[in-house]
Amino acid sequence: MRRGRCTAARTRALAVALVVLGGGALAPVALQAADPAPDARFKQLLQQDFRPRGGAGMDRLEQDPVQKICTETHDRPPAGPREALQKEQLEAIRWPADGHFLGDWRAGEKVAQDGRGMTWSDLPGAVSGGGCYGCHQISPQEIAFGTIGPSLLQLGRKRGASPQMQRYVYGHIYDAKAYNLCSTMPRFGFSGALTEQQIKDLVALLLDPDSPVNRP
Amino acid sequence: MAEVTGARAGAATHKALGVGRAARAIAAAWPWVAAILLWSGADTAMAAGGASDPVDAAIARYHEMLDEGNPAELDEMRGEQLWKTAAGPAHASLEGCDLGRGPGVVKGAYAELPRLFADTGRVQDLESRLITCMTGLQGIPESEIVAKPFSTDSARSDIEALVAYVAGQSRGVTMRVPVHDAKEKGAYALGERLFFYRAGPYDFSCASCHSSNGSRIRLQELPNLSTTAGAQRAYTSWPAYRVSQGLFRSFQWRLYDCFRQQRFPEPVYASDATIALTMFIAANANGAVYNGPGIKR
Amino acid sequence: MGDPMKIKAALMDGVTEVKVLMRHPMETGLRKDESGALVPAWFITEVTATHVDRVVLRAQFGTSVARNPYLAFRFKGGQPGDRITVSWVDSKGDRRSDEATIG
Repeated sequence: MRRGRCTAARTRALAVALVVLGGGALAPVALQAADPAPDARFKQLLQQDFRPRGGAGMDRLEQDPVQKICTETHDRPPAGPREALQKEQLEAIRWPADGHFLGDWRAGEKVAQDGRGMTWSDLPGAVSGGGCYGCHQISPQEIAFGTIGPSLLQLGRKRGASPQMQRYVYGHIYDAKAYNLCSTMPRFGFSGALTEQQIKDLVALLLDPDSPVNRP
Repeated sequence: MAEVTGARAGAATHKALGVGRAARAIAAAWPWVAAILLWSGADTAMAAGGASDPVDAAIARYHEMLDEGNPAELDEMRGEQLWKTAAGPAHASLEGCDLGRGPGVVKGAYAELPRLFADTGRVQDLESRLITCMTGLQGIPESEIVAKPFSTDSARSDIEALVAYVAGQSRGVTMRVPVHDAKEKGAYALGERLFFYRAGPYDFSCASCHSSNGSRIRLQELPNLSTTAGAQRAYTSWPAYRVSQGLFRSFQWRLYDCFRQQRFPEPVYASDATIALTMFIAANANGAVYNGPGIKR
Repeated sequence: MGDPMKIKAALMDGVTEVKVLMRHPMETGLRKDESGALVPAWFITEVTATHVDRVVLRAQFGTSVARNPYLAFRFKGGQPGDRITVSWVDSKGDRRSDEATIG
């Protein structure tokens, strides 16, 4: 009996659908299959080949919308989604209740020097540092600085220490993605890595005229 | 009368005491780096990129001083012993192990890993392949091997010594990691995807540090692993002896410690994810001459 | 008995250069382990090198010398095939001696 063309096409479509939908669940584990990397297989790789340790749980591998779009576009998101997500990040910033942004620059230097916190080898709940010297030049006395981020030497002297500038610096440390969506800089306040006081102390390090960052 | 031409002071020793004839050699580099940067004054801010040149020169000089007398050679010696000595319940040596160039062929094997292996049907890196051989030929349980794969001061890892030996046997060999079979291509693609995957509380991917040219974290140069030039420089310097740890470290260890600092959960030792990432970086390094285990700060 | 050393000896223009790589923890006694406890001192105290039967180098090592020490030195004379012996003693009284021939 000859099959109608419609039936054959529908059968083919169904077969394709089954392969596509069922492919993720039925495919051999991740790496070892022959086809290129579809989403399901990559997700399986992450689930099977990482395990929780210390304070670093598997939830850390789930991406939020910012991480997702920056990953997919290799840090070059289109303008529309970029603006929208930046706005969302800005609205999520918790500003100091007392309206003050300037802490103690000496304490700030300690926060900037300390690169510990949030790894699986750090005790959960322990005080974290900002690790700022990993990426930035800050105080002129510290020669062991990184160059991933711009130099912050003389920042207060160059840009002033007005309340608006203080607020900008505070916001930037709290959540750099509110100002530059795919910035390499971690969201230190948003992630809970640094406390409000620690961020205020960093603002002081960068903007206080007495800070070594700004001395002539 | 003999004339002493070389000695090395360890980083920890140097920090602890700061004195001693051997320590001075290393300590000598830092004061003139500081002097140059302080002398540069306010312009250092603008020339942060330019100011990295005297710093880079000082770092390069430190590396030159380290090059002689790499303790990794002692790990190579120990690895060779382990390769040739009968061990495990099967009382067999590893001399029948196929690292991709035929059973027992060690020379040049590291320069062609990771690759697809017909017997396991998997793409494997060196450490994964050593597990295959240690379990298959020697009968050592896998759980025993992966329980503590990285050396500590008190307990040395056998698999790290074997890595040193095998890697050393590719000294002078041009890297030629095969990305021909569909599985090898699949591994490369997955590795690339993992390389760019931003996650965790710090939003870090490998690319966050390793996808630009000329940057460094503190004073550590960050190779651009997404390019041929960067991958060639970086991949050919691993595995390596880490002076600051006083221990020999493999590439699996390097990935493990990177993920730790990325604030990710722990990667499973010699898992497909780590093999995929290794495939991405090693294949990017193809064409470079591998010069055997390196030595680093 | 300590771990084997790696010794290379090469003759050039009448001068022999010897390079030695030793395996030793070289603990200063000032370092703390992960638990915060002081790691006890344990380091090579003396190194002796002989060319055939003549002592060519005697060194006093101490806590400023790195873990897995590397030592290179030169002396006038020597012929290819001559035996070089390097020995060390450490602060616990452990010893090690290895040989190489001049290449």
